[in-house]
Amino acid sequence: MAASSQSTKSSTAHPSPTLKKASSKGEAATDLDKLIHERTRLALVSALATHPQLTFNDLKSLLAISDGNLSAHARKLEDAGYVDCAKSFDGRVPRTDYRLTNKGRLALDKYIKHMEALIAAMKNN
Amino acid sequence: MHRKLANMNNHAKSPSKPVSLHQHAEDNLRFIRATMESATAFTGVSGLGYCIAGLSALLASWLASKQPDPSGWLAIWMMELILAGGIAFGMSTYKGIKQGRSFLSPSGRKLLFAFIPGMIVGGLITLSFLLAGHIALLPGIWLSIYGAAVMTAGAWSVRIVPIMGALFLVLGAITLLTPVSGDLMLALGMGGLHILFGILIWRHHGG
Repeated sequence: MAASSQSTKSSTAHPSPTLKKASSKGEAATDLDKLIHERTRLALVSALATHPQLTFNDLKSLLAISDGNLSAHARKLEDAGYVDCAKSFDGRVPRTDYRLTNKGRLALDKYIKHMEALIAAMKNN
Repeated sequence: MHRKLANMNNHAKSPSKPVSLHQHAEDNLRFIRATMESATAFTGVSGLGYCIAGLSALLASWLASKQPDPSGWLAIWMMELILAGGIAFGMSTYKGIKQGRSFLSPSGRKLLFAFIPGMIVGGLITLSFLLAGHIALLPGIWLSIYGAAVMTAGAWSVRIVPIMGALFLVLGAITLLTPVSGDLMLALGMGGLHILFGILIWRHHGG
């Protein structure tokens, strides 16, 4: 028996939050994605970037965080359209699978590029 | 790796040391890399497969201990090698299918490539010892070599796997260096350790 429900939130309803940060030299401001700048969410997105999908238990074990903590952070990423969450049953056991969306993958790529640009800018100055 | 991630978190949150922007950026990139490396550790080893293989090893060690001649003893263990290997591979493949992943994913392949050379060496040593008539040393050699192969392959898997390999090495050393029964130690290792760690893997990493 497999009752599956896919919950994908519209990305336009939750535009990705950004945090304006300027470099120390007052150069062009960098849009830093506040949503994945938070360590737990950054870890979640990074882990999901390496697999087609990971279960709730996989992520909990991997990141060594509590159920509540993982649920809360995953929900924020889901609301922003960065991850998809699929709930199903494995026999009688509920199972939740998370998958990084294209939007989430692009956000992680952009975040990494921002970090690399920051490092390059600081080294050049 | 989890400890490593936690350390990175602590470093990032440490209030005592002001961190410059580029140091923070470097720290974030290291954190992303560490998380990705940790996430690609292979978790497709089947705990249930280890349990069943362990049970078959217990049966094999009992049957082998009843054999009147060394060739019968060796034949039992060779059959057990094929049977247990088939069970472990089959169950891991099944676990991978259930999880929507391939057992031969990049991390799974690394694990296999790290594991197989040790097993080939084990086969060569078994053959040479058999020809030289040193069959009594084989249980200790098998446990040691299997332990070394599992420890090496475990570098690509979750932490519990290399720990199991280390315990096999310890059992191998005891078997080689003390006058204990080889069949008893094979039962403890191939049977007991596989069942124990199979349950732990089953509980903590699924399947």
